Amino acid sequence: MSTLLPGEQVYRAPTAFPARLAWWLLFAPSFLLTILLVIAIAMVFTRGTGIWGNNIPVAWGFPISNYIWWLGIGHAGTLISAMLLLLNQGWRNSLNRFAEAMTLFAVTCGALYPIFHLGRPWRFYWMAPYPNVMDTQPQFKSPLTWDFWAVLTYLIVSTLFWYIGTIPDLAAARDKATKRRWQVFFGLLALGWRGAGRHWARWRQAYWITAGIAVPLVVSVHSEIAMLFAAGPVPGWNSTIFPPYFVLGAAFSGFAVVSMIAVVLRHMLRLEQLVTAHHLSMLGCLTLACGMMTAFGYVAEAFTALYAGGRELETLYDRLTGPYAWSFWGAVILNFVPLQLLWLERIRRAPVPLFLIGLSVAVGMWMERYMLLVSSLSRDWLESSAGLFHATFWDWALYAGLIGFFLTAFLLFVRFLPVISVFEVRERAVEGTLHG
Amino acid sequence: MADRENSVPWGVLAEFTGPKPLLEAVRSLRQQGFGPIETFTPFPIDGLEEAIWFRSRLVPAAFLFGGAAGAVIGFGMQAWVNLIFPLWIGGRPLIAIPAFMLITFELMVLCSVAAGILAMLIGNRLPRLNHPVFEAERFSLAEERYFLAILAGADFDRHGVGKALATLDPVSITDIAAEAA
Repeated sequence: MSTLLPGEQVYRAPTAFPARLAWWLLFAPSFLLTILLVIAIAMVFTRGTGIWGNNIPVAWGFPISNYIWWLGIGHAGTLISAMLLLLNQGWRNSLNRFAEAMTLFAVTCGALYPIFHLGRPWRFYWMAPYPNVMDTQPQFKSPLTWDFWAVLTYLIVSTLFWYIGTIPDLAAARDKATKRRWQVFFGLLALGWRGAGRHWARWRQAYWITAGIAVPLVVSVHSEIAMLFAAGPVPGWNSTIFPPYFVLGAAFSGFAVVSMIAVVLRHMLRLEQLVTAHHLSMLGCLTLACGMMTAFGYVAEAFTALYAGGRELETLYDRLTGPYAWSFWGAVILNFVPLQLLWLERIRRAPVPLFLIGLSVAVGMWMERYMLLVSSLSRDWLESSAGLFHATFWDWALYAGLIGFFLTAFLLFVRFLPVISVFEVRERAVEGTLHG
Repeated sequence: MADRENSVPWGVLAEFTGPKPLLEAVRSLRQQGFGPIETFTPFPIDGLEEAIWFRSRLVPAAFLFGGAAGAVIGFGMQAWVNLIFPLWIGGRPLIAIPAFMLITFELMVLCSVAAGILAMLIGNRLPRLNHPVFEAERFSLAEERYFLAILAGADFDRHGVGKALATLDPVSITDIAAEAA
């Protein structure tokens, strides 16, 4: 090739990976954490959920607050991919593929949590209705059952959306590969894609309609997760602000994590031509916008408590000054204080500050989920049902293990598959010449 | 070469420098009555659908009917389970429509997307392991190359096709044999 086409290095990356050392340095600790995950799961399966800190009254603890955190991170991938496609935001083409991969792995990590939390995880299929001799069926009026269907649907739909979006790039990687084993690997994954006009026409119909459906799906999934809280008569939860508050918080944490991944990935694979400072700036804007809307959620929540008075107000006071005040103030400070730097374009375009702000938000949003869950459950209506929650070693081990699993899966994706939707980048570049 | 001339042709593949020359070539060949024509491009090109006379609504229809079926299945499942296994709690209605809406929506989405994507793959006859066009040396989706193929029919006039293509200024013209049976 005399001139390098945009995205050339993306197709070449799997066969001639540019950053082997950096990849192994990231992969090794991630893989060790994945081993810790296996041990933590084995412990839960053999000893039961008693090894965790959750107990009555805080029966949910880490598993559910982390579940919400993971799923929230996942939503940003779908929003970048689907919502910005429908809004015709061409810059999204440099970000959507790895953001979607992030969605898949984050949702997988999230979806595992409620299963481990069941106590008898091997009976998770009882959540689905099926003919059985026990004469039991799921309770379809419970948000816990809604959850099962929402997450199942979300996992399948985001996998399909990611896969059909990747097929053309897998075909291009197949045509670029020179070694037989890579040709076979990409050839099988590409399903024989050859870019025929009629194929593109049908593909476009399928891709755009799926995108149109995926946006309300994201809103429904996280609204439904908010129902786990809002549908319960627990002070601090029973509020109509919860569904939009949760959806925006989810997008907020997700955009923050996408920013972090974008910064690392563009540096590691030398993708500065594709993921430019402009893209980082746009991610910063999205994070900032969702962050400010989440901040409004905090205010609205406090207003509800002030307006309601009584136990609601006591819960608010508890959050501000009680045993979990560290998580409330941690969430407020980590989520919203460094965030304000993103008003400056100079900061948004700079990789390191953007990464650090993203990290701060990811931690802050974790504290928020923790605070919302634990502070309400630890002290509800009855004084007799008050009790504190403290995470144990195995709580932290499972959480760290899932982070390791997420990173391992993501690094394998980076190593073996096209990380950027190159054909969409090229389409956008050529479109100018076609209509101009 | 004698071998190739005797074998059944799949068609003639011509490469163009960009989407615009490709579109013009397709339109011109259509006007001259050549066909059927297929194009091969590294990304979708606006206006190509009209040029190759693509009008199928199979995929959108599959999304619609899949979604309708999913909604019916979702609601039906919940209503059915509540009727065969009634849980009387607090005097609430067995068929609680608002409480059933979320799972109805999720199954509508799931069935719609599954049906639509399945229709896309079936309509495109994918997955497929091999195709005659992969034999062409210049064929690659990783480069910015734009191809059109005139498929050989019963009354395939290779000479006429070659002449018509030559006037359109292609980068290359390649004969492609049909797959060995």
